[in-house]
Formats: sequence, C-alpha cells, structure tokens
Amino acid sequence: MAETPIDRLARNTPASVAHRVRGLSDRAIAWAFVTPTILLLLAINIFPLIWTIRLSFTNFRANRPNEPVEFVGLRNYQRILTDPDIWHTMQATAHFLFWTLFFQVVIGFGLAWLINRKFKGNDLLTTLIVLPMMLSPAVVGNFWTFLYQPQIGLFNYAVEFLTGGSVAASSFTMLGSVELAPWAIVIVDTWMWTPFVMLICLAGLRSIPDYIYEAAEVDRASKWRQFWTMTVPLVLPFLMLAVLFRGIENFKMFDLVVQLTGGGPGDTTLLTSIELKREAFEKWRTGFSSAYAIILFVTVFGLASIYVKALNKVKER
Amino acid sequence: MTRFLSGLARFRRGPWEMLATILIALGVVMLMQPFVLWAFTWSFIVTLVGTVMFIITSHFPD
Repeated sequence: MAETPIDRLARNTPASVAHRVRGLSDRAIAWAFVTPTILLLLAINIFPLIWTIRLSFTNFRANRPNEPVEFVGLRNYQRILTDPDIWHTMQATAHFLFWTLFFQVVIGFGLAWLINRKFKGNDLLTTLIVLPMMLSPAVVGNFWTFLYQPQIGLFNYAVEFLTGGSVAASSFTMLGSVELAPWAIVIVDTWMWTPFVMLICLAGLRSIPDYIYEAAEVDRASKWRQFWTMTVPLVLPFLMLAVLFRGIENFKMFDLVVQLTGGGPGDTTLLTSIELKREAFEKWRTGFSSAYAIILFVTVFGLASIYVKALNKVKER
Repeated sequence: MTRFLSGLARFRRGPWEMLATILIALGVVMLMQPFVLWAFTWSFIVTLVGTVMFIITSHFPD
C-alpha cells in the first residue's frame, strides 16, 4: 500500500515529541484550547476594567499624560452622585429605556403572534419587517432626521393625515421640541429594534408543539385561555431574553441618539452614554468619567444578575 | 416570614439572594427616580452592596 503524507509525517516525528503529544491528558488538551481565549479576555475585558477602577480614584486626564496623577479617593464618585445634571441624564435614560422596552415587547410580541399564522406571503412579510434592524444606526438616525423635518418630513405629514388635519404638519417639530424629542428617539429605536424582539418571540412561538393546542381544544379551552395559560408562559423565557438584550443595549444607547438629537434640545435627550463620552473625550476628565463608567457598570451588572436568575427560574417551571 | 428569617440565619441561598435582589432593584430605582436627590446620591452604594451580596450568596447552599 502506498505511503500517505500523514504516514510520512508520523514516521518523521521525533520519538520524544511523539511521546510528549501522546502523554497530554484530556485536561491539558482542554487547557491548551481554552488558554488563548482566557488570555484574550483578560487583555481586553478584565485588565481595562481593573485599570478603570484604579483611574476612578485619581484625577488623571488622558490629554495631559505627563502631569502627575493624584489619588483623590472617593471624590469623583461623590461629585457624580451629587450632580443634578447627571441625575437628569439618568432620568432621561430611564424614560428612554422604559418606553422603548415597553413598545418593543408589546409590538414585537403582537407581530410575532400574527406572523406565526400560516398565510400567503408570510416569508416575504417577515423579511420586510426585519429590514430596519439590518440598517446601520447612523443611517437610520440620518434618514429619520429627514422624516422628522417639519417642512418636508413625511412623519409630520402622516401625523397631519391621521389627525384629519387638526394638527398641521408644520406646526410641530419632533426633534426641536423639549416635550417631543424624548418621544422622537423612542419612536426611532422602537421602529428599528422591534423586529429583533419579534424574531425572538417567533422562535418561542414556533417551539410550542401543536399537540398542546390540540389537547386544549379537546378540553374545550377558549382561545383567550389558551393564550394566557399556554402561549404566554411558554414564550416568556424567550421574551425575557429579548428584554435582557434590548435593555442592556438601550442602557448604553449612543449612536442613534447622537445622530438624531445630539442630546438636545438642551439636555432633554442627553443619555448617560452621551454624557460619559463628553466627559471622557471632550472635557478629558478621565478619572471622573472612569468613576461614571463604574457606576453604570455596577448598575447593569446588578440588573443582569437579577434578570439571569429570573430567567433560570422561568425555564425551570 | 419566619422561614425567610430562619433561612437568613442559616445562610441559605434563597433568602439571601432575595435580599440582594431587593437591594439591587431598590438601588436602580433610587438611581433613576426623578423625585429626591439624596436617593440618587445613595443609589450607587445600595446597588453595589446588593450586587456584591448577590455574587457571594449565589455560592451559598440551597
């Protein structure tokens, strides 16, 4: 039989190396595979986190690297947590977070429930609905800025049409009004990310076997009861996962809002991530912004811990 | 209530995790509420205590 390249390689491997390779335990092989990933995680996640914690106790400014760095203790944390402007950005973030999650869950679940039915053009419709989340946030922000234009924007004309002309298109400006701007960013984020929630809910709905509904029909359970006692509980873990993903993403929302309002008018749509970026890279208060980032990190970490626990409980049911 | 307190005394995971969860939730509400500044000021310490407690107590026996 002809000698294959593998045979030739095996024959030419020095005995000492071959012995060493044969001698590796499963545990050693597992470590050999996992070590590069752990090193990468340490380098790009853990080290920056520890470094940020260290910087948060100093007055370091990244634009003045040669100046002596002074240890300031908890002063940065104290300043942040007594600053009414930062308190206001937290409220703006809470408003954005709550309403985007609310609308995305309600509309996303509703759409998934409708799409889950079998009808002609189902796949095409799903593709069309999913399109917004495929776009870049910068592009979405840009074209919604045009849609919100009071003179030429389609949104204002749609509002005029839907209200039967009682609200004139040029009588309001979504992005320039203190009352409307927070809702303008909620509308755009909902438009863009509802399809994501819909897809996850759709996966949940399609994972429910038909025989459960057939059994419920035999037991003469009404559609309403089937929905509340079977559909909702079985889709809940999926829905919670979607809320977790969207919640964390929206807590650090930046690009879309910067493109739409830049935090304005005034500071009505100034979310924490935008404020953080200003402190870190416009005012160059690196120590201060590190403390700010740590506060946000602890908040998100705490919320995610509760959420994962709740998710596991729901899955155990 | 008695079960909850005895669970705390015997370092059981359930009640301690519940306490940590309440602290985290309270901290987040304090952080984002629009009513009083002192609640915002103390929110971080409450969330931090809750989060650290959650990490520690998730290793307690059931």
